[in-house]
Amino acid sequence: MSDRRTISVTINGETFERNVETRLTLADFIRHECLLTGTHVGCEHGVCGACTILLNGQTARSCLMLAVQADGQEIKTVEGIAPNDQELHPLQQAFQDNHGLQCGFCTPGMLTTLLEFLENNPDPTEREVREAISGNLCRCTGYQGIVAAALDAAKRLQAGA
Amino acid sequence: MKPPPFTYHDPRSIDDAVALLAEKDNAKLLAGGQSLMPMLNMRFVLPDDVIDINRIDDLSYIRDEGDALVFGGMTRQRDIEFSDLVAQKIPLMKEAILNVGHRQTRNRGTYGGSLSHLDPSAELPTVSMAQDAVVSVRKKGGARDIAMADFPMGYMMPSFDLDEMVTDIRVPLWPEGHGYAFVEFARRHGDFAITSSAVLLDVADGGRIAKASVTVGGVWPAPLRVTAVDEVLAGETGSAELFTDVAEKCRDIDAMEDVYAPAWYRQHLAAVLTRRALAKAFSRAANGTEMTLR
Repeated sequence: MSDRRTISVTINGETFERNVETRLTLADFIRHECLLTGTHVGCEHGVCGACTILLNGQTARSCLMLAVQADGQEIKTVEGIAPNDQELHPLQQAFQDNHGLQCGFCTPGMLTTLLEFLENNPDPTEREVREAISGNLCRCTGYQGIVAAALDAAKRLQAGA
Repeated sequence: MKPPPFTYHDPRSIDDAVALLAEKDNAKLLAGGQSLMPMLNMRFVLPDDVIDINRIDDLSYIRDEGDALVFGGMTRQRDIEFSDLVAQKIPLMKEAILNVGHRQTRNRGTYGGSLSHLDPSAELPTVSMAQDAVVSVRKKGGARDIAMADFPMGYMMPSFDLDEMVTDIRVPLWPEGHGYAFVEFARRHGDFAITSSAVLLDVADGGRIAKASVTVGGVWPAPLRVTAVDEVLAGETGSAELFTDVAEKCRDIDAMEDVYAPAWYRQHLAAVLTRRALAKAFSRAANGTEMTLR
């Protein structure tokens, strides 16, 4: 006998209404119920940061929330960052240009984390960038490319690119 | 799907939440979820009922009551981080909060949740202990206040009952111009500290210490107020020799030992970090003098 609820969550502007088990994590809801597999699940206990999404504009780890807690809320995932199918967001473009990713597993979490960070801090120092991504693990890049991408993106966003 | 099966409740008022707590035998309150959710995902806890208190509106606030700031139990760590009131009146908390996890976890994590979880090295309980905070808890048909000194009962075990929940935390303010410092040692930024030291100094004219409060986190099973140090400092004039000497008392603490650090290392860190924190706090006090201790 499972405890279920019908919830309605807006993800990247689209509303998803689903009947789910209350113990379902938000990360699994996004991936398995809404089929938005851009959000990655790494450690499932809040350490790796890969599942980071924006909840009402603020970053949160979707493995540390229940889907039912997002009922009636607005979420943005990595799929919602680019302005359209043809173009990348300046932050994504900076990642591509600066070798900010290799395998891509940590990238959705890095992008969502940096999106919120650059909004609050449009002209960061390298140290501030490193602190901002300290809750996101990357096993490929050694972080150098990601830090370069974030600093480059800050410049592009300030120039209105 | 990793959490074990449970029945989910999302009460809209404190009354409803405590009524559920009274009724359910094996229930867990879900605050910010930054500790409970990992524990559920790893199945370290197997509650029959999860009572989510995120939809209770009147539990999140920071109120200025003149001699104290009062925080709602569900006040997010993020709100503490960005509060001008906190930065101005409880600078120790502002300094400490930047060491609490990461932006993504501070956006969700709460003050009341952190106290209830009571990790021995968590920053907010350590600061609460240093500031002599008073925790208000409610249960069905009753409420009471618990002084921070009486709040920890043991390792990750607060002294309130299973049918009680934290509603607010009253943090008394220190005089304007007081010295403060929070220093910690963690393996990586944002990790739980192996050891931390929180220091408050009320410094009178000429550098005489009117009152001192020293608390270490991560050393003992709960944040520990090192009263032996407080007592020696009171009435003395701050100096590098005094601080170096008195911080050595931290080596007498009956320290914990785990896979990350043996007891002697925690005692060592407690002494070193307290020495540094004392110097930093004294430098920051309006009547103190600049001092750095390694």
